[in-house]
Amino acid sequence: MMDSVRDLHAALQGHFGERLRIEEVEHARRGFHLDIAAAGADIEEAASLMNGRGYALEAISAIDWPAEEAMELVYDFNRMAGGGRVAIRVRVPREAPEIPSISKIFGGADWYEREAREMFGILFSGHPNLVPLVLPEDADFHPLRKDYAP
Amino acid sequence: MSLDATTIQGETFVVNLGPQHPATHGVLRVKLTLDGEYIMNAEPVIGYSHRMHEKMAENRTYPQYFANIGRIDYVGAMIYNFGYASAVERLAGIQVPERAEYIRVITSELNRIASHLLWFGPFIIDLGGLTPLLYAFDDREAILNLLESVAGARLTFSYFRFGGVCNDIDEDFMAGCRAFIPRMRERLTLYRRLVTENVIFRKRVEGIGIIPPEICRTYGATGPVLRGSGIRYDVRKNEPYSIYPLLDFDIPAFAECDSMARYRVRMEEMNQSLRIVEQALDRLPSGPVMAEKVPRVLKPPKGDCYFNVEGARGSFGIRIVSDGTDTPYRLKLRTPCFANLSLFGEVSRGMLLADSLALLGSLDLCIPDVDR
Repeated sequence: MMDSVRDLHAALQGHFGERLRIEEVEHARRGFHLDIAAAGADIEEAASLMNGRGYALEAISAIDWPAEEAMELVYDFNRMAGGGRVAIRVRVPREAPEIPSISKIFGGADWYEREAREMFGILFSGHPNLVPLVLPEDADFHPLRKDYAP
Repeated sequence: MSLDATTIQGETFVVNLGPQHPATHGVLRVKLTLDGEYIMNAEPVIGYSHRMHEKMAENRTYPQYFANIGRIDYVGAMIYNFGYASAVERLAGIQVPERAEYIRVITSELNRIASHLLWFGPFIIDLGGLTPLLYAFDDREAILNLLESVAGARLTFSYFRFGGVCNDIDEDFMAGCRAFIPRMRERLTLYRRLVTENVIFRKRVEGIGIIPPEICRTYGATGPVLRGSGIRYDVRKNEPYSIYPLLDFDIPAFAECDSMARYRVRMEEMNQSLRIVEQALDRLPSGPVMAEKVPRVLKPPKGDCYFNVEGARGSFGIRIVSDGTDTPYRLKLRTPCFANLSLFGEVSRGMLLADSLALLGSLDLCIPDVDR
């Protein structure tokens, strides 16, 4: 398990250099092996690399940080054949949250991005069908934002 | 004089499957574009039982949220209790006594069998066989009675606590479990003879509803759907938690990728869960079932963590972001049915409508788990 994590660490570092901040974390304490901070512009490239190495996309979670005027997206990757869990974090500005869509690389990202769009108002550029998923089709509010008031 | 019959080609029409339809097992709507009996496009429309569990987490304390967690996948609620309790324990650094771990595993595995039985009966009904449901519900009733005796609920359990479980199991429960195991094994043999080897059933599921492993990967499918595509991945083995590493059990996987493979995975899993329960009962240590000194007002330190458990339908992940207060700052529920359903559109393209219902049934959807 640990060898493949180091392998991936080296591959990511080799490909992206200083553009990624990679930290090896203790799985027993955090639930994943690599904690990676990336820039929004790099997410497609990072997702392609993970795809090429046989990783699956497990979830995309968004977190609202109004005090820091940012929205955070956490992409959780896992490799079924062994290789550890990887969380890639991206921060986007809160007033105009926008990030490239990875739904062309991972089919599963389609729904997760639609969900993050309706709940947080994050725009995924290049997404083929960014309409609400679980909210009504005419919903124009973003209920998981911290400043949302019904 | 007779006219030549001509077929019209290239004309499609839209049919709504659901949101009220017996084969969707809940309020799921699938917008189907059909060309005759063939599916050109299928778009699941979800959200009919969306309750905003993630927002509710931000409005209540950590212990209060147990009431929600049992209502997400209410068919396998015990395992979701396991996931939530373990995630918070990981975040707050709470150690669970050994006896409590064993009780958690016993109740979770019983719940897994009950969940698979609730899939088994209705799945056969989807394919036109009404009788097996009556047998399955009889077995499930025995499990629910057992779980009710310790947890107080039959479906929406809130049995776990941070640091253990709320009730110790007693002699009656253990005797009930021990009586249930041989009975269930007999019934699994019966199901094999009654259903698995039935030629009508096999013609509906063998070679039909193929989900390639690559589709499973890109859509993040897990659980029996993934194992029915030949990938032997189970959180209990690949990322072991609790006492699962100490127990001897197998992970069934079948490489055929069809509806039959997913059926066989679940049938074999019931057998493996019985093995787990049997071993856990034999080795059950004595001692407390709750950790000492778990604070009444729980304030985990700042930070985030992720925890995965193997639910009855696949990998259930929970990400908790704590800001050091007594309510979660953000709680993300990664539910298996959400990912498992998202691949339906791609996989069902070109299938016969009737076959796609067998495929939909073999995904074992729990709609509240999709919608949250």
